[in-house]
Amino acid sequence: MADIINFTIDGKECVAEKGTLILQAVQENDIYIPTLCNYKGVKPQGSCRICTVRANDRLTTACTTPVGDGMEIENDTSEINDFRKSVIELLFVEGNHFCPACEMSGECELQALAYRFQMMVPRFTYQFPKREIDARHPKILKDQNRCIRCKRCIRTIKDEKGRSVFAFFGRGKNIEVNVDPVLGSKLTDKLAAKAVEVCPVGSILPREKGFRTPIGQRKFDHEPIGSEYKH
Amino acid sequence: MSKKITIEPVTRVEGHGKVTVHLDDNNNVIQTRLHIVEFRGFERFIQGRPYWEAPVLVQRLCGICPVSHHLAAAKAMDVIVGAGTGDGLTPVAEKMRRLMHYGQIFQSHVLHFFHLVSPDLLFGINADPTIRNIIGVAMEHKELAVQGVMMRKFGQEIIKVTAGKKIHGTGAIPGGINKNLSIEERDKFLKGEDPLNVDKMIGWSLSVIDFFRNYHAKNSELIDNMAAFPSNHLSLVRKDGAMDLYHGVVRAVDANGKKILHDVDPQDYLDYIGEEVKSWTYMKFPFLIEYGTEKGWYRVGPLARLNTADFIPSPLAQKEFEIYKAYTKGKPNNMSMHTHWARLIEVLHAAEMMKELLNDSDLQDDNLETKGNKVYEGVGVLEAPRGTLFHHYRINDQDLIEMANLIVSTTNNNIPMNKAVEMVAKEQMNGHAVITEPMMNAVEVAIRAYDPCLSCATHALGKMPLEISLYNNNNQLIDRKRK
Repeated sequence: MADIINFTIDGKECVAEKGTLILQAVQENDIYIPTLCNYKGVKPQGSCRICTVRANDRLTTACTTPVGDGMEIENDTSEINDFRKSVIELLFVEGNHFCPACEMSGECELQALAYRFQMMVPRFTYQFPKREIDARHPKILKDQNRCIRCKRCIRTIKDEKGRSVFAFFGRGKNIEVNVDPVLGSKLTDKLAAKAVEVCPVGSILPREKGFRTPIGQRKFDHEPIGSEYKH
Repeated sequence: MSKKITIEPVTRVEGHGKVTVHLDDNNNVIQTRLHIVEFRGFERFIQGRPYWEAPVLVQRLCGICPVSHHLAAAKAMDVIVGAGTGDGLTPVAEKMRRLMHYGQIFQSHVLHFFHLVSPDLLFGINADPTIRNIIGVAMEHKELAVQGVMMRKFGQEIIKVTAGKKIHGTGAIPGGINKNLSIEERDKFLKGEDPLNVDKMIGWSLSVIDFFRNYHAKNSELIDNMAAFPSNHLSLVRKDGAMDLYHGVVRAVDANGKKILHDVDPQDYLDYIGEEVKSWTYMKFPFLIEYGTEKGWYRVGPLARLNTADFIPSPLAQKEFEIYKAYTKGKPNNMSMHTHWARLIEVLHAAEMMKELLNDSDLQDDNLETKGNKVYEGVGVLEAPRGTLFHHYRINDQDLIEMANLIVSTTNNNIPMNKAVEMVAKEQMNGHAVITEPMMNAVEVAIRAYDPCLSCATHALGKMPLEISLYNNNNQLIDRKRK
């Protein structure tokens, strides 16, 4: 029988199996922690920092830190939530996210997080980087304006030999996620659809399919992101 | 010493513009201009975007008639995805779009008449501007104000069920639509609680026409003479000559009713329509190529549509059309202020068309989309509330837009509005050294008859603002009045 450990989250007594990551342990207790780069079934990498909590008085990412016995976790506090909001704002100013004309509006996790954390005007200066759409692939478009470099596509979309179809190209602020020209040429319809699905924003787009879901039937039209959790 | 008068901003219109009036040493008007001073550049920044984004992106030109841009772009994209040039959509797709369009014609015309124009009619052009506004209407004529608000709401609700949102929806997609109309949604309009049902809207549309006709009977000198001038008129009409605001062929008639553009295919618009650029405004000057810039300019909008159409295909509006046409003995109507009358007849037509469509069971069909062989260029033309609207796109072999050209309704009315400004300015200001507020408002009243959307026309956004400045002949400002 697995070892059961006790921990608190915002003062609430919780239990989890030893070795469980904070994110999973908290979710199993029906409590919401926002995520963005994390994707179910894929090894977490803690790069976006949106799931940051304060555990035993230390800021850490919930998706990569195991919960400890007696650990005191702060999650839904004004300090942590403002930190998360600042992460969302940074992502908005760093790219070109024009929600009004984006076909993923209403389905976009970044937009949904901005609504949930009540982002109005970012506290940071818009960068307005000059980026293009890579429309060379016959099945998908890669809109670099909206890419948040979460690597969900790189870590998820792989060929039969386990090689990533998507990859980083360039360095620093000019880094881009591109489709590998050789592996991408063999991308199946199923994997192309999966790539669109794993992208949390509108950066990987299906060709000629935009705006098919009416307003009112989109993922986040009626409830904020994270509404599946009670707390 | 000559003077230059600037009216800035022009109020109770959509968009930001100004008027300049040049006076000679005897205070006689020697030149007038309506300047549109905004710039946005939609045609440029749509370049490089996927073609299916255009109907949603380009509609952001406007918050009053986004449906027009949404549908014009969608119609152009229908051509590109091989869904034909107007006859290739499934019945539910075409009828849902038409319902959306009539909802918008209805709400936009109502907004213009009740919110923007009625203060001039109810209180008089010379009335105190602190009362001569929509708040004054609400205070003094509550019943009429409520009617205007509720009629606009009805149109907006129609747009919401067809496009998903009252403003900037997503209903039309290349080759079709993304939703049909449920029975529940339909019944809200057919059997809705008073006053929000379509029969009430038809009744109110008739009553507002009566209101205008009564006003006209008492103020015929103003309505018949203010900014009345001969011009060509252009619009879409159905192939049989009926009024059709969503699709048809392009027809133009001259001031006497002679056809000068013979029902041509909108896809070929570049063969017939040119655009002239002038340095003092961001708005271009369209004209019929065959007749040149001097004689080829034309009016669009309700006045033009009732001059080009042979009949209106809805019974009550047709009856009103006959009364309207009888006033000019069947000849084209060239009186700018009669645009209000024509607009209200279109309000009635839109209400009747909405009722007809709501009763059509095709709207519950599930066959939403059509596709065929892709082409790389498409034109979408329709009759927006303010007149004929042209959208033209070319895409590359990666589905990205590489060229966009928009000729917006108000742009088509550029010369007519300038003419109207000139006539009224001469009439009101000739020989006057002091410019009064009523003089400025008279100029605005003439512009307002065209319901210009200056934001759309320059593909720009902003407040609607009028200011008059006096300049000496060295272009030095000596006085300015701002509203």
